[in-house]
Amino acid sequence: MFAELLQYLLSGLTIGAIYALAGLGFSIIYNASHVINFAQGEFIMIGGMASATLTASGVPLPLAILIGCGGAMLVGVLVAKFAVERARNASTVTLIIITIGASIFLRGVAELVWGKDFKRLDAFSGETPIQILGASMQPQSLWVVGTAAVLIVAIGLFFSRTLTGKAILATSHNRLAAQLVGIDVKRVVLASFALSAALGAVGGAVVAPITFSYTEMGIMLGLKGFTAAVLGGLGHGPGAVAGGLIVGVAEALGAGYISSAYKDAVAFVIILAVLLFMPNGLFGKRGTERV
Amino acid sequence: MNALLHGRLTGLLVLGAVIAILPAFLPNNFYLDIAILAGFNAMVCVGLNLLIGYAGQISLGHAGFFGIGAYASAVLVGTYGWPPVLALLAGAAAVGLLAFLVAKPILRLKGHYLAMATLGIGIIVSIVLRTESGLTGGPDGMMVEPFRIFGVELYGEKVWYWVVGVLLVGVVWLSLNLIDSPMGRALRAVHGSEVAAEVVGVDTARFKVLVFALSAVFASVAGSLFAHYAGLITPAKADFFKSIELVTMVVFGGMASTFGAVVGAVVLTLLPQALTVFQDYQQIVLGGILMATMVFMPKGLLPTLAALLPARRRA
Amino acid sequence: MKMLTGTDIAPDTSTQVRRVGRPILKVEHLSREFGGVLAIGDLSFTVAAGDIHSIIGPNGAGKTTLFNLVTGVYKPSGGRVLFDGADVSGMAPYKLAARGMSRTFQNLQIFFNMTALENVMVGRHLHLNTRLLPALFRFPSLVRKDREARDRAARLMADVGLSRYVDADAAAMPYGALKRLEIARALASEPKLLLLDEPAAGLNATESREIDEVIKTVAAGGITVILVEHDMKMVMGISHRITALNHGRKLAEGTPEEVATNPEVVAAYLGAAP
Repeated sequence: MFAELLQYLLSGLTIGAIYALAGLGFSIIYNASHVINFAQGEFIMIGGMASATLTASGVPLPLAILIGCGGAMLVGVLVAKFAVERARNASTVTLIIITIGASIFLRGVAELVWGKDFKRLDAFSGETPIQILGASMQPQSLWVVGTAAVLIVAIGLFFSRTLTGKAILATSHNRLAAQLVGIDVKRVVLASFALSAALGAVGGAVVAPITFSYTEMGIMLGLKGFTAAVLGGLGHGPGAVAGGLIVGVAEALGAGYISSAYKDAVAFVIILAVLLFMPNGLFGKRGTERV
Repeated sequence: MNALLHGRLTGLLVLGAVIAILPAFLPNNFYLDIAILAGFNAMVCVGLNLLIGYAGQISLGHAGFFGIGAYASAVLVGTYGWPPVLALLAGAAAVGLLAFLVAKPILRLKGHYLAMATLGIGIIVSIVLRTESGLTGGPDGMMVEPFRIFGVELYGEKVWYWVVGVLLVGVVWLSLNLIDSPMGRALRAVHGSEVAAEVVGVDTARFKVLVFALSAVFASVAGSLFAHYAGLITPAKADFFKSIELVTMVVFGGMASTFGAVVGAVVLTLLPQALTVFQDYQQIVLGGILMATMVFMPKGLLPTLAALLPARRRA
Repeated sequence: MKMLTGTDIAPDTSTQVRRVGRPILKVEHLSREFGGVLAIGDLSFTVAAGDIHSIIGPNGAGKTTLFNLVTGVYKPSGGRVLFDGADVSGMAPYKLAARGMSRTFQNLQIFFNMTALENVMVGRHLHLNTRLLPALFRFPSLVRKDREARDRAARLMADVGLSRYVDADAAAMPYGALKRLEIARALASEPKLLLLDEPAAGLNATESREIDEVIKTVAAGGITVILVEHDMKMVMGISHRITALNHGRKLAEGTPEEVATNPEVVAAYLGAAP
């Protein structure tokens, strides 16, 4: 009984950590530009595919991850510069379609470069399961959760300690005021895309040994990341992390106790239930409309 | 082009004329088939445009309603032997009821939260269709009986072309009527300023719910007929990508323009067919075109083209 | 500018005898706080039917919050609002509109996705058939009433001096014209009580005097007006009664002369401690 529950919790936390990273990516970009970047899942895919294919051709793992991360950041900056920035005053729907266009485009490029088949990446430290109180855990899960934890703490420090981080926060609170005190808001938007891309790509690389990599791996991961961000309250970083973990655990419990076929539906049922009672997510600000 | 946008009768006549003449230029059933698919998409988009373009509310889940309509017809006619017309009406009623029930809490949400909620509903519907294979045939889908009415079976591209053509003109007529009515103005007022609409007596929540349900019913009816026409329905017709495709057609053609929705649906139905020549580059070109049009023509195709023409419409 | 004819903007009930002095709006111990800050505190006052009743006070006195509470945009934290004898505290704005209350906004709330005429026609919402099926199938009765609404809206636009903008897109109109468009839209709903939130803000002296005339004619037609305005010349010139607010509380109330000479009001405006 308990071992079973623990098993579900562990696998839920593992995948939840990836959702948390994706959700954090959504939140960072949303804060800087009020854009929901539907290409977030593609950053994850780029990280996973790059590290899997590069290591297969003999590049050492850390370097492969680094290259994938750099590539994703470059792609993120390009998307921000050539699509999002030019459509600044467009409506929400228009911006959603632009980022969806970007995600289709990136998947197309990925298929061309890497092909459609599944790519395998070896687990970082073997595949001997670790036994914890009757539940067993892949060592790779530790890598996933550990890496996510380190990145999340680093992001927290980045926003509270560095000038660039504070500039991004300032821009999210008041774009005009930020501009007036000399913050280059365009660069803030670019930086936020680069940062989110890096988070996604590293997440993709560490999760690849568990899920395999393929060009469409980013679709569901991206949507779940969006769910995590909305669940926590859009633009609320810690909320997105909590949202990701909640979605991951709920999904694992739902798959284990209810029906594994409906695993992918769990996240969306939760988000609908929460939005019903908390229209701004769990931690979002409740605003009074000013007229 | 201005007439297309603003003259009710002129626009309808042009649309009718195009539909009437088109078959003369379509060499075979392959092209008729594409035209029919464009017509189905256009019907859904005209309804969706009432919600997105006029009332200003997002839905990323309308393919779910299309799918429920399609499967209602497939299951009720195929498995339970209902007459197709009855199945179509039952599907539309069920979708209307479902949309009505979920709309009230969901449409209180704004912007991206509304996008999330509608996306969630669409995905849940498509997962249910994919999973309940006893009823729906699962991921492989199910065969659908042909449409029969008064003992006549609708069969073949030539017949369906005219059925879809006439229905499309009808749907456009309904949409134009609605826009130019007190309810239509109330919907547009909801888009313009909810609080200003409220203080002159518009029950904004009621109209948002109504237009959401109406656009869902349009999608359901189109879904039912599509299922009968195609003879096969799969969960892919109800999934997230289909929803996105529909929204893209509306925005691409031009929001708050009924004829824009039609043009958007037609162009984006043709595009993938035209892009097959690009083979492996198809997705890249499609994604690129989406991004480029939205970046350079954020108002959409038809309004942008109309603005290029000399405007003598107003003083 | 063409003068109002009175018949166009007066409600259908205007043929009834107007009992001047009957309270149409009673605000009793009203309060509203935002995150612990009191925006309106224990505020009570009465507006007599047929009056032009102004609410004045320095910036941040709570005037717009008061409007939002009375018109149902915000819900009160305490106290109540009585309109025409009925408790309407926290009632939704559209329900209040059906009871005969409408308003304009300090920050323009225009339907920029419509023409000017259509903006005013939305104001006729309560008097038209707004059901779905008649609209979809264009019932003749609906079309006929719609045409009447169009004519009436055009007349209202002429009344507030906007004849030249009848076919204009709202988005293409200048600020001063939009201010009047809001008044025409509110009048189209045939209110008994009209709340105007800074109708003259941002207008030049000539435009302000024109708004003066519009307000006077509206009141002469039997519509009670509550006015929030910073233009003291306008307020003193057209008001029957004035309530002065400061920090969300009532400072003084009376005729324009009484309020203008009230030392506390003067002190509040000059920023001295009372």
